[in-house]
Parts: sequence; structure tokens; C-alpha cells
Amino acid sequence: MDRPVDMFGAVAPDGAWSVSAVNRRAKAAIEQTLEPMWVEGEMTGLKDFGGNLYFSLRDSLSQLRCVMFRDDARRLPAHPTEGMKVYAFGRATIYEKRGEYQLNVTRLMSTEAGGLFRIAFEKAKAALAKDGILDRPRRQIPPYPRWIAVVTSVDGAALRDILKVASQRWPVAQIAVIDTRVQGEGAVDEVVRALQVISKLTKVDVAIVGRGGGSKEDLQVFNEERVARAVAAVPVPVISAVGHETDVTLCDLVADHRAATPTDAARLATPDRAEVQSDLEHLGARLARGLEHRTTRMEERLARMTDGLLRGVDRRLESLTYRLSVVSGRLDALSPLGTFARGFAVPRDGTGRVLRRMADFHPGDPFDLRVVDGTIKAQVRKNDGN
Amino acid sequence: MATQPDFGKELERLEAIVRQLETPDLDLDQALKLFEEGVERLRSARDRLNAAQAKVKQVLSDHAGTLKVDDLDG
Repeated sequence: MDRPVDMFGAVAPDGAWSVSAVNRRAKAAIEQTLEPMWVEGEMTGLKDFGGNLYFSLRDSLSQLRCVMFRDDARRLPAHPTEGMKVYAFGRATIYEKRGEYQLNVTRLMSTEAGGLFRIAFEKAKAALAKDGILDRPRRQIPPYPRWIAVVTSVDGAALRDILKVASQRWPVAQIAVIDTRVQGEGAVDEVVRALQVISKLTKVDVAIVGRGGGSKEDLQVFNEERVARAVAAVPVPVISAVGHETDVTLCDLVADHRAATPTDAARLATPDRAEVQSDLEHLGARLARGLEHRTTRMEERLARMTDGLLRGVDRRLESLTYRLSVVSGRLDALSPLGTFARGFAVPRDGTGRVLRRMADFHPGDPFDLRVVDGTIKAQVRKNDGN
Repeated sequence: MATQPDFGKELERLEAIVRQLETPDLDLDQALKLFEEGVERLRSARDRLNAAQAKVKQVLSDHAGTLKVDDLDG
């Protein structure tokens, strides 16, 4: 049933085909027909020539010659070994010089080291990178959160750790837990939905998404492209805490911050109450010193106003200033009342303005005199300097 | 969800008061007013920190997507 070949119809325009022309055409035909692809097989006949790797991939029926060039081969985490089961990514072509059909391999990974997961991971990562999701600007975690949203399983150890640390460190915050399955069938949909819920909670300042440690399969949900996109779409800063320190998921790559563990996530999300308390004490001390300074000046002014009457008061002023400086760290002991108690009074007009000088007092004018235990309604009877 | 003042804003205000109080040419009556406000804010911030007890809520959503906030058991 062989069809007769038209020998002369296949002739090149200028006669017979050259060998190189045939190889060139064959190469073009193969490259156009076969897209770059992942191939699974067992490595055999592995040879290393100056860093270039030559080997074949085989299954039970066939073999495929492969070459992995030095620039690609040196990115491998480990040197491959004879008999290793691998996934190889490459482009089928023809090496024109020798007319040999081969796969030019650019990526190679062992099927044992989570190879298939790895392929899915790299694929999703590339898609996210293409949309700029991996290198979008990271948002800062607000320093004093009021509401913290937590997306995880209510039955998981992760939630227990997060609640323990967050409520210890920053009990001021309220925590909104959005329960979701984190592994198994339907978990991807649930996590995505739970992440979407955050956008409806208007008061949330920061979100934690994650789960405790588990096998590669268990953590797979957080390597799903859809979950990663949902993380990126959360309107507040997201801290990702999936598994242990060594597990880096897509979710981690997309989140604003990555925590090594759920406990660390809670630490990242909250200030330490003790530190804030000490900040407050520091502010209190500055507040007291600010007033001390002010009070000293007030006393100086009063001394000037009363001129000779208070001559010789210097020593007393010194002791007052000393006492003020002693108590300046202890706010409760520090109030203008202390100064009042020592016999000073502050005259103020009806608007609360302090009357400092002779010229501020006009005969007949009413004014308030603040003394230690209250305010006296007073009136200027006479002012010789006015 | 209950509203409560933003702790960060409170601290910012307190810092602003302290900074103002530290400027040399501040009016005495201004200084007194600022001090009084500062003491009040400091006290309330301290009280809040000391009394605070974290509340944990669970956000539930029904089939229609309506959200409900409940206390989390345990």
C-alpha cells in the first residue's frame, strides 16, 4: 500500500538538499511542533563535560537524549545522579551538527523532593510575578492595633498560640477569628472566602493568616495561586504564618510580612504592653518636667511682681525647685496644686488668662484667684501702679 | 464591633502635648491647660493598659454572606 514518492517533486530549487539544510528544516519543524515541556523519566548515561550535563531520560519503552548546559546546570541545588527519577523542563530540538534529536533541559528536579508540588508552585509563582503581585509594596503593621483578624482553623494549635501571645502582649486589642479549614478538600475555597470576609470588617487593623506545621501536602492550600491572590486582595496588612520556619509558601511570598510561626505572627502584630507602659511613664516624666520648668518661671515672675516683698525668697525657691525635680518622675505627686499649697495663687481673668503684671489689674475689675483648694472671686480695689 | 479610641492617636496627642510643654515660650495658662489635658490622657491610657483584657470574637457568615460576631468559646 506504499504510495509512490514523487522523487523529483521533493528536489530543492537548486538540486539535492544539503545535509545541513535537512537538519535545519527538521530542527525548525520540531521546535515549532513541540512546545517547551516537563518530561518525567529516569536519568541514565549521565556525563559531565566541563559543567555541561549529557544524559538520557528513559521510561519502560523509550529513551530521550538530553543536554543541560553549564549556565542552567550550575543553578541546580545538587548534582544529579545516575538512576535518579526526575522532572526535566526543556525544549525538544535537533543538534544540527550531528543531526541528533535531543531535549535541551533548562530545569531539573527530583521527583522525590516534592517535584510535582514544586512545579505547581513555580507555575503559580510565575503567574503572580507576571501580575506584579510578588513585588507590590509591603504595608506597615500599625503599631497599636485595635482589631486583629485571624484566619485559621478554630481547632488548630496555631490559633491557641496566636491568642495566647497576642492577649498577653497587647490585651487592648480585640481579636476576630474567622474559622476555616486549612487542609483537605474544599479548604482552598474556605480560606479564600475567609480572607474576603476581612474586607467587610471595617475596624480591622491587621490580619494574620496561617496554620501550624504539617506535611507538604498539608501546607499545599497556602501554595495555591487563588489563596495567594486572596491574600494580596486583603485591604489591611497581612502577616502570613504557615507551618514552621523552613516552610516558605506562596502565601508567605505575597503577604506583607512573613512570620516563621503563628506565635511569631502574634508577636509581629502586637506591641508589648510592658514597653508601652514604660513609654507612657517616660512621657509622664517629660510632662512633669515641662510643667516644672513652667512652674519655676511662674515663681520667678511672681517674685518679680511682688518685688521686694519676696526678697530673700531665693533659698525657698531653690528648695521648691529641688522638690519639684525630685517628684518630677512621679506624676501623681506633681501638679500645680503643690505650688499652690505652698501659698502661691494664680489670678486669672474671666477668660482664664493669667494676670501677671500690675498693668493687668484695673481698679474695679473682677478676677478669679486660684488657690490650693479652690477659686475665689475677687475684685481689684486699688492699683497704685495703674 | 465596639469602638474604642485609637491608642496610637492617644499617644500621638500625648507626645504633642509634651513637646508643646517643652517649648520655651509657652504661655502659662496654655501650659496649665496642656498639663491638665496631658495628665488626664496619661491616666486614661494607663488605666486602659492596666485594665485591658483581650476579647476574642468569632466572625460567622451564613449562606447569604451575612456576618455575625459571636464570643469565641474556650
